[in-house]
Amino acid sequence: MRLILIGLLAGFFSALFGVGGGIVIVPLLLLVGGWEMRSATATSLAAIGVTATAGVIVYTWHGQVQPAYAALVGIPAALGALGGATLQQRVPIRTLALLFAGLLAVIAVRMLLQ
Amino acid sequence: MTYVLAVVLGVVAGILSGLFGVGGGILFVPILVALGLTQVHAEASSLLAIIPTVIVGVWRQQRYGNVRWRPAAVLGVASIAAAAGGAQLALSLPEATLRRLFAVLMLLVAGQIAWRARRKTP
Repeated sequence: MRLILIGLLAGFFSALFGVGGGIVIVPLLLLVGGWEMRSATATSLAAIGVTATAGVIVYTWHGQVQPAYAALVGIPAALGALGGATLQQRVPIRTLALLFAGLLAVIAVRMLLQ
Repeated sequence: MTYVLAVVLGVVAGILSGLFGVGGGILFVPILVALGLTQVHAEASSLLAIIPTVIVGVWRQQRYGNVRWRPAAVLGVASIAAAAGGAQLALSLPEATLRRLFAVLMLLVAGQIAWRARRKTP
């Protein structure tokens, strides 16, 4: 039951913002479900695959998907994801997380001020 | 924003998604907006871009036995029901409003990643 509610919330967020929904699923599995981080992120990724596909179908119906642009960032990202896990063993993950958070915050503030 | 830069940032988004268990959409959307897409076009295309990234991520995680398939299926199927509502709202909001909301979401994600980083470290 909890999982269904989390899924509904994630699906709504995902389609509204064009993101996977992991941002909703992971913290809720950790906090509400008491999951451990590793299985929460991995399971969330698998769920995101379904969620994103549903979103793509809905937006294709409305004629909003630009496949060439999706490929432009999606294919390099898939290659990057291949390297990501390898990198995980070699870099200080905490420093990287803080850098990533900082990058997102900077872009967000720029978008807000535009 | 040039196409070359977009490709480079796409790789970065993929690396980060592998590291932090996100699909990459939080970076795809601003990259696509910077390339000149409207917010809704960027979001819709981001969802498509997420799919190959997530397939690679799941394939890797699955080898470590981290994926719990049944809960993933429940989450995924439930999310389908709500996706139409989310898309409908995105399409009905003014461009500037949706972009601002997305920026707020990015700030929340930034906070969450920082929080998770603290939690993760023993």
